[in-house]
Amino acid sequence: MPDISPANNVVRFESVGLRYGQGPEILQDITLSLATGAFYFLTGPSGAGKSSLLSLMYLAQRPSRGVLTLFGQDVSLTRRQMLPAIRRRVGVVFQEFWLLDHLSTLDNVALPLRVAGVREEEIMKHVPELLAWVGLAHYLHAKPSTLSGGQKQRVAIARAVISRPDLLLADEPTGNVDDRIAMRLLHLFIELNKLGTTVVIATHNERLVRRFNFPRMHLENGRLTLYAPYQDPAVPDEI
Amino acid sequence: MFKRRSDLPFDNDATSHFLPTIVAVMVFLAVLATTGAMVIQDILERWHRDVSGTVTVQVGALASDSLAEVQQRVDAAITVLQNTPGIAAARPLDQREIADLLEPWLGSTELVADLPLPRLIDVTLRKGATVDMNALTQRLAETVPATSLNDHQVWLSKLVRLGRGLEVLALSVVAMVIATTAVAVAHATHSALAIHHSVIEVLHIVGAHDDYIARQFAHLSLIQGLRGGFWGLMLAVPVLGIIGWLASHLESGLLPAFVVRPFHLVSLGLLPLGMAGLAQLTARITVHRTLARMP
Repeated sequence: MPDISPANNVVRFESVGLRYGQGPEILQDITLSLATGAFYFLTGPSGAGKSSLLSLMYLAQRPSRGVLTLFGQDVSLTRRQMLPAIRRRVGVVFQEFWLLDHLSTLDNVALPLRVAGVREEEIMKHVPELLAWVGLAHYLHAKPSTLSGGQKQRVAIARAVISRPDLLLADEPTGNVDDRIAMRLLHLFIELNKLGTTVVIATHNERLVRRFNFPRMHLENGRLTLYAPYQDPAVPDEI
Repeated sequence: MFKRRSDLPFDNDATSHFLPTIVAVMVFLAVLATTGAMVIQDILERWHRDVSGTVTVQVGALASDSLAEVQQRVDAAITVLQNTPGIAAARPLDQREIADLLEPWLGSTELVADLPLPRLIDVTLRKGATVDMNALTQRLAETVPATSLNDHQVWLSKLVRLGRGLEVLALSVVAMVIATTAVAVAHATHSALAIHHSVIEVLHIVGAHDDYIARQFAHLSLIQGLRGGFWGLMLAVPVLGIIGWLASHLESGLLPAFVVRPFHLVSLGLLPLGMAGLAQLTARITVHRTLARMP
């Protein structure tokens, strides 16, 4: 059985179900716990509910049933005013990037720091540094509409990691970049993970999953199965 | 003016001209209504001040009276008045003054001079003194036939009632303008929230508090409110000037002249600011209420 004890868990699902409106359950009886410093791939066919599972973790959705605990707090019992504090500990990379088109690259990446009230001097020191690291040093003032898909992806990743989140969620983060950039981004996630960030990467990229020695959560028909690294999906192995 | 960094792309909003226009119209109406209320209040106060502490005694001319006999009856009435405790002065109005008073209604003074008009005595009461008007009326009637005493209360109370009614009407217009502005701002804010829904979602996900987002909407509404308020005031000033000019050309004596005091100017100047503040507050509350329904 997966470890669902509260201690040391960043994320804990207990029999969580999710449905939109009166529709069928997209996610059924999800029970899992992610410890501090864990690194997971999240796989599954399109429409299996990967994005929905992630959306529960970044609090864009509330479970229809079950208990979801983030950083030790039951989200259904947490007052709405307290949710931003939890969200600030979560970095998210979206499949569609969700960059703000009217803001520059620099301002997009600075967003999590600005909403947290970080001083402008700090922002102006750290954001260009990170953008240089992801190869966008010359695009600080470019608007997202002028960037390629891969560049947008890197901006989105930089925005997700700029505040050194405790939990990093990425939905197909390497979908729009070539292998070289994909590896570089994966190494960035691994570096963050080494510093204690729990990482969940939703991906279709089987090669990526096989190349890195991390456990995997597999979603199929709304149900989650956990696999040890390098295991064949046909042979589940409890983690 | 007051440009501040915003995470929301308000510049391209279709509603960015709607709010200033609405606020401009509302401030224009509010300035007119408030000025109306202030003018009425001023006129009422001055009427009250002018006639309180005074009474008018009317000495009617009898058919058989010669001019000398009328004057004798006026003198007799003045004697009664001067011997009444509480009366400071009793002064008969001459024919010229009576003709001037009637000019707005009857026209030229030559015409008035030919009419058999009663004589009027302007009586000033001592400050704080109480005079028994019934007893005085009776004493005057006994001493000088065909006299009557008018303490102005009847016509004054009717005018005051009319004035108060107009004042309430003017203030109701101001209240309606305030309510309409609040509704318009709430509507514009709802539209803007819908337009920028995806941006707000991103802001939420990166950890923005509702108030962080609400402050940006409130700031926008404040700026748009100030802009609209300024133009509303600028539009109202010449209109008030024209109304004032027309009023000054009315027959003199119908209305006392309105005196503009610093308090009036400050009140009118504060209207656009108040309306902009209302827009800011309404936007903030609207955003908070709407976001509270989000997950």
